Amino acid sequence: MARRTFSIGGVHPADSKISRDCKLEYLPIPPTVYIALSQHIGAPAKPVVAVGDKVKAGQVIAEPGAFMSAYIHSSVSGTVKSIGPRKDLSGNNQMVVEIAVEGDEWMENIDRADNLVTSIPDDPKAIIEKIKLGGVVGLGGATFPTHVKLSPPPGKTCEMLIINGCECEPYLTSDFRTLLEKGEQVVVGTALIKKALGVAKATIAIEDNKPEAIEHITKVVETLKAKGPEYSGIEVLSLMKKYPEGGEKQLIDAVMHRQVKSGGLPIDVGAVVDNVCTALAVYEAVQKNKPLIDNSVTVTGECFPKQANLIVRVGTPLNYVIDYLGGVPESAAKVISGGPMMGKSIANLEAATMKGTGGLLFLTREQTKRMPESSCIRCGKCADACPMGLEPFLLNRLAKAGDTDALEANAVQDCIMCGCCLYSCPAGIPLLDVISQARGQVMGIMRARAAAAKAAAEAAKASAGS
Amino acid sequence: MTTTIIWTIAIISGLGLLLALTLYLVAQRFKVVEDPRIELVEKAMPGANCGGCGFAGCHAFADSAVKAPNLDNHFCPVGGNETMKKVAEILGYEIKEKAPMVAVVRCAGTCAARPKTSEYDGSVSCKVKASLYAGDTGCAYGCLGCGDCVAACKFGALSMDPETGLPVVDEEKCTACGACVKACPKAIIELRKKGPRGMREFVSCVNKDKGPSVKKACANACIGCGICQKTCTHDAITVENNVAYIDFDKCKLCRECEAMCPTGAIHGVNFPKPLDKDAVKARVQERQKKAREAAAAAAAKPVGEPVEPPVQEPVVLKKEESNG
Amino acid sequence: MDKILVSPNPHIHSKTTTAVLMRDVVIALLPAVLVSVVFYGWKELFVLAVSVISCMAIEYLITRYCLKKASTLGDWSAAVTGILLALNLPSTTPWWVVFLGALVAIGVAKMTFGGLGQNVFNPALVGRVFLLISFPTYMTHWEIPQGLFGVDAISGATPLGVIKEGLMQGSTVPELMASHGYSYSQMLFANIGGSAGEACAIAILLGFIYLLVRKVIKPWITLSILGTVAAVSCVFWLANPAQFTDPLFNLLSGGLLLGACFMATDYVTSPMSTKGGIIFGVGIGFITLMIRYFGSYPEGVSFAILIMNSTVPLLNKWFHQKKYGRA
Repeated sequence: MARRTFSIGGVHPADSKISRDCKLEYLPIPPTVYIALSQHIGAPAKPVVAVGDKVKAGQVIAEPGAFMSAYIHSSVSGTVKSIGPRKDLSGNNQMVVEIAVEGDEWMENIDRADNLVTSIPDDPKAIIEKIKLGGVVGLGGATFPTHVKLSPPPGKTCEMLIINGCECEPYLTSDFRTLLEKGEQVVVGTALIKKALGVAKATIAIEDNKPEAIEHITKVVETLKAKGPEYSGIEVLSLMKKYPEGGEKQLIDAVMHRQVKSGGLPIDVGAVVDNVCTALAVYEAVQKNKPLIDNSVTVTGECFPKQANLIVRVGTPLNYVIDYLGGVPESAAKVISGGPMMGKSIANLEAATMKGTGGLLFLTREQTKRMPESSCIRCGKCADACPMGLEPFLLNRLAKAGDTDALEANAVQDCIMCGCCLYSCPAGIPLLDVISQARGQVMGIMRARAAAAKAAAEAAKASAGS
Repeated sequence: MTTTIIWTIAIISGLGLLLALTLYLVAQRFKVVEDPRIELVEKAMPGANCGGCGFAGCHAFADSAVKAPNLDNHFCPVGGNETMKKVAEILGYEIKEKAPMVAVVRCAGTCAARPKTSEYDGSVSCKVKASLYAGDTGCAYGCLGCGDCVAACKFGALSMDPETGLPVVDEEKCTACGACVKACPKAIIELRKKGPRGMREFVSCVNKDKGPSVKKACANACIGCGICQKTCTHDAITVENNVAYIDFDKCKLCRECEAMCPTGAIHGVNFPKPLDKDAVKARVQERQKKAREAAAAAAAKPVGEPVEPPVQEPVVLKKEESNG
Repeated sequence: MDKILVSPNPHIHSKTTTAVLMRDVVIALLPAVLVSVVFYGWKELFVLAVSVISCMAIEYLITRYCLKKASTLGDWSAAVTGILLALNLPSTTPWWVVFLGALVAIGVAKMTFGGLGQNVFNPALVGRVFLLISFPTYMTHWEIPQGLFGVDAISGATPLGVIKEGLMQGSTVPELMASHGYSYSQMLFANIGGSAGEACAIAILLGFIYLLVRKVIKPWITLSILGTVAAVSCVFWLANPAQFTDPLFNLLSGGLLLGACFMATDYVTSPMSTKGGIIFGVGIGFITLMIRYFGSYPEGVSFAILIMNSTVPLLNKWFHQKKYGRA
């Protein structure tokens, strides 16, 4: 049988999952945590604690600032020391709540027992409410508030829930370890999301470079299917290893053979995609009342002597994590939050982890240094690699010429910033740097135009009404 | 032989006439009637098509200017008052003169003053760098040094100083079109009034962080201490978000703030004489001491008697200084 | 760890650089080079050396002293042009003619457009066509080649030339084939006369397969050229076997394979999209055959590729890859 994957483009960087055999392990609680108020897409949360307040682990410290926002909980017990700006991993100021840790006292309603709760609540609304109260956001990288995603706009129905276990980024293994060690919880979480959406089918998609995970989850799904009808319709699907399989649009293409229209949402083609760690967070929030206050982080890199998959409290300073494992190695030149393809370069190691922090990757200068730029030889490797079927060489040229109309006509706004073009360019041309700027510019123009059109339509309506 | 030549000449001439006639008719048929003043105005323009006026180019400016009821919303920063006078003459409008402006780089974070904390390895573009992170120094507000402003300048007025890593404005070439202001993602460059004989004072820093962390990042930064604000007798300086700003309309170029600034973040340029910091400092301190004493005396006195504020004297002093 | 390195994503890069791609092309050309040296002897080696050295020297001098930039020899593209030019010339070409060809190829066809990636026409082909038009005697007259190990090589014109001349004198194709004893196995393994690179079809196909395996090129352009040549010549041959040569002869003779595998697939001067590439290939195949059948030159691959090179910007404008989520 042909191995299933998405249909356009993609690249095959070396797997490098050197931390795949490191078991999940709990990182000790740091002396101080810095919990950011904006750890999700959308409006920052509004703090509800004051300096000097005593808080417990799992206590709400900030409420959603808007519809598109999320609750934020204290990840430790202690005293709020300050609420103010602190430099994040890119060196820019961000509002954080600083909490000095005292002991490890949890909120009373949190069930900290290890037993698996398999019974699924009947009311979808109750599930979504609990997810919202648990501050669950998408842990695949985008940190989209999950309760918003699970409330599709009226008129749109979901046909398939896709649980993303691809982990197509090289090096990262936290999803893989979660699947292996917390597979039961992930599957129950899947059933919970399935119930919340009222959808009959769910697919847990895993790349075939993780055969142990596929085997384990298949077994778990089989066992749980005996527990009740809520678990029927959950399938495990093996996909061919190819980057960026875990991209939402690519995954939908691979699993459902459908493509999301430009500017559309997955729900337009009847799909909702959630990460395995999100499913785990949903399980914990709904079945155990445990909000999203810790997440798994892969710490890895060939030059890093002690690879690990750690469960880290949200707000732990990065250098505390690194020091726990022996400090920054001398040969490391770059530290990346996330994977090597889409992760963000860290400029400030004093920054703290956030809900979406999935990996800390150390690369040597040799591994990561960009090669000097030479002229384009029009080999077309960037166009072959682009999973959106764009032509980066052309977009690069148009962006340099500042031709925003042509950029829009050539779909620069469809770029998903996966980095395949720059990865594959033999001439070392910084394609993505240029394209992402152009993309921002074109999207701004499109938004302005849409707003103007809306205003004009409303004006016309108003004048017609009067 | 002769007939061949004659025929050739005749045919070619005939063909030429026919084509000329066709061209003429087509030109007549598709002629676009345009207000002739547009062309006149456009001719009076510098013709750089830089877009500094806010229009797409000189023609668009001329077109809009001819149609506008007055010239209040039209100003060519490149041609300045000279050009605008000509334009106003053509159109029969009144114009208000504008003071000549110049681009000012408000960052003094030289390589020496602002140590690098990381090494940037992306495209040499301030926009890319700014969207990636705060910058390769401890200062999240300062110049990124990739030269987007230099690339944006159509008049060759900007260049990067390799020693400081900062852009330098050539005041002779700068036309204050504002392209660099738009190009800078950190909003460091500002158009300021050129000042009498180019003399002007400005705060060369835009860092909004609190003093201690700013000081750590850059030796030349404004730490928002507010000494300049207290020193200024013309109400020209405001300190907001931990950074001082000099209002160029109110500034009388007395250079007292420059002398008093503890970090040297206030710069005075094109002054004929170098600033004697200690003398000015002593003078200001003396005045402030007097003012304090006067205030104390006023507080001691019964209410009702007005206190003379000692404002007049420094103005005279400063005039001497700037003229000398 | 000194200062932390910061850059936009991605943080890892493919090891395939321009130099690696060009080196692969050189490796793919080695079988053809070896065979040509074996069949045509030291003279061929001399032509190769002159061509490669002059191409590289000219590029170096132009980049260093005219453009005042860093040398671009490291990308191996000048070496590729040199080898291709040499393989397009008879082994008997005098050194100064080879040098002139290199001068036109690198100096005119490549560097005046701005160097690698900017040229509209394939440099090696421009050099070759320049020589073909300027020095037809050297370019179409084939002397008895001295084989390196005494391998017998046959003198005379190329099969295509023989047939063109014969047809003009009133003979038919089968007569000419029989009288000159051309056989397909001979063409497949060792050609009878012509440019060095036309010597052995198998060597060229070997190189082509290497390029495909290394994913340096995609097969569409080559396949569409060969397919078009086969299909169109089949039609003509079936209509009149006495006047027109058969498909297999057309595929194996002349510079078709070298052109289809190495020249038409040149990145810079071929279309980016698959659709564009196929149209490009069909055009080359068709024009080649038209020149062979009806033109005054016996061979038309060079001209066909150059003509289609000029359509590439248009093909790139018209044909794009399929985009995700768009009709």
